[in-house]
Amino acid sequence: MSRLKAGQRHPVRFTLNGKPCAGEAEPRMLLTDFLRHQIGATGTHVGCEHGVCGACTVNIDGRPARACLTLAVQVEACDVRTVESLAPSPDRLGILQAAFKRNHALQCGFCTAGILMSLDGFLREYPQPDEQSIRDLLTGHLCRCTGYTPIVRAALEAAAEMRGDLSKEKSDA
Amino acid sequence: MKPAAFDYVRAEHLDEALDVLGQEGDDARVMAGGQSLMPMLNMRLAKPKTLVDIMHLGELARIERKAGTVTIGAGVRQATLLDWPELGRALPLVALALPWTGHAQTRSRGTVCGSIAHADPSAELPLVLQALSGEVHLHSAKRRRRVTAIDFFTGMMATTRADDELIEAVSFPADQKRCAFREVARRHGDFAVVACAAVATKEGVRLAVGGVADMPVARDFPRLEGSALDDALNAFAYELDARDDVHATARYRRDLVRMIGRDLVREVLR
Repeated sequence: MSRLKAGQRHPVRFTLNGKPCAGEAEPRMLLTDFLRHQIGATGTHVGCEHGVCGACTVNIDGRPARACLTLAVQVEACDVRTVESLAPSPDRLGILQAAFKRNHALQCGFCTAGILMSLDGFLREYPQPDEQSIRDLLTGHLCRCTGYTPIVRAALEAAAEMRGDLSKEKSDA
Repeated sequence: MKPAAFDYVRAEHLDEALDVLGQEGDDARVMAGGQSLMPMLNMRLAKPKTLVDIMHLGELARIERKAGTVTIGAGVRQATLLDWPELGRALPLVALALPWTGHAQTRSRGTVCGSIAHADPSAELPLVLQALSGEVHLHSAKRRRRVTAIDFFTGMMATTRADDELIEAVSFPADQKRCAFREVARRHGDFAVVACAAVATKEGVRLAVGGVADMPVARDFPRLEGSALDDALNAFAYELDARDDVHATARYRRDLVRMIGRDLVREVLR
């Protein structure tokens, strides 16, 4: 048993986007604040802070998770992935990100990081999703700009591209 | 919107968690998946001095099926149960209700027992436990006991769990032949305005309603049809003492109980 005392900072070690990462956190520190303020990874956004809006969604050990409903000390030894993991290099977008851009699946962008992380994990598990399953997944997110339709379109297009189905359409363009 | 300070205890054996609860009682709270407790901490509706994380206790992460009962340990996440290959056959009512519990992004961490411990009157898993007369397995440093759903829930987020007790598991009777579930919510995955679960019994049907009273309520009905069924459901709807709130009026809630109730009773008795 280990007891991490209140009011003191404790070391936290985990894997962030494939690289070892370490920082210090009080027990009460949320993973959102830890990522943003201790690590400086500000891609993960903070919305409602009670698990409703989905803006802070990240991936922990292969499963989606609300970073605002997770304590930093809980991710000790875990594999955490955030939106920063999606682009292959600083000057290029990932397939899903590019599909969002093409389809105008974001306007203000506040909810986008969380939605991308939900979809990224989902499309890895279900490479051939239908529209209903995408819409069902999106019930876990709030977007006040797009009306969701372009997000659904982008997700389906990204899924097709990841499967390699889009080559024909691309050559017609 | 940040939690108040607390000690964080990562239990590695069940006895350690029970010792902390035995010594600190009300000042300590058990956290499993955290999908109900963390919002309470963030909003400072709960300010425990100690948080006991039980997710490193392998012995609690089991689903066991034997002798017509499925026992689900306190460490079993909702997504894990949803992925359990036997779920549809062993616990068909749970299989119907679980996709309505939160969202994929919260089921991935939230546990079955945690939702039942939280005892939100709109939550699906407490409703199903009540509908099936499942049992809650409580464990403290001094004793173990099992409490049936009807004796476990006592009101809005209130249960008969003592401060030194931990919910070790919940168990559901298995292999229901006929059951049905339906829910009305503003957004799929949000808390229910009204949720109903029905199970066929020897005498007729057992109908449980969530989201209306201050806890899920189940009622056994004989085989009824036509206006006799409508009258019985109307009386049940009024007995639940619905209230107006920002989501729906009491009248609308009673309407839903009557309409969904009738559909489910017919579906189960067909």
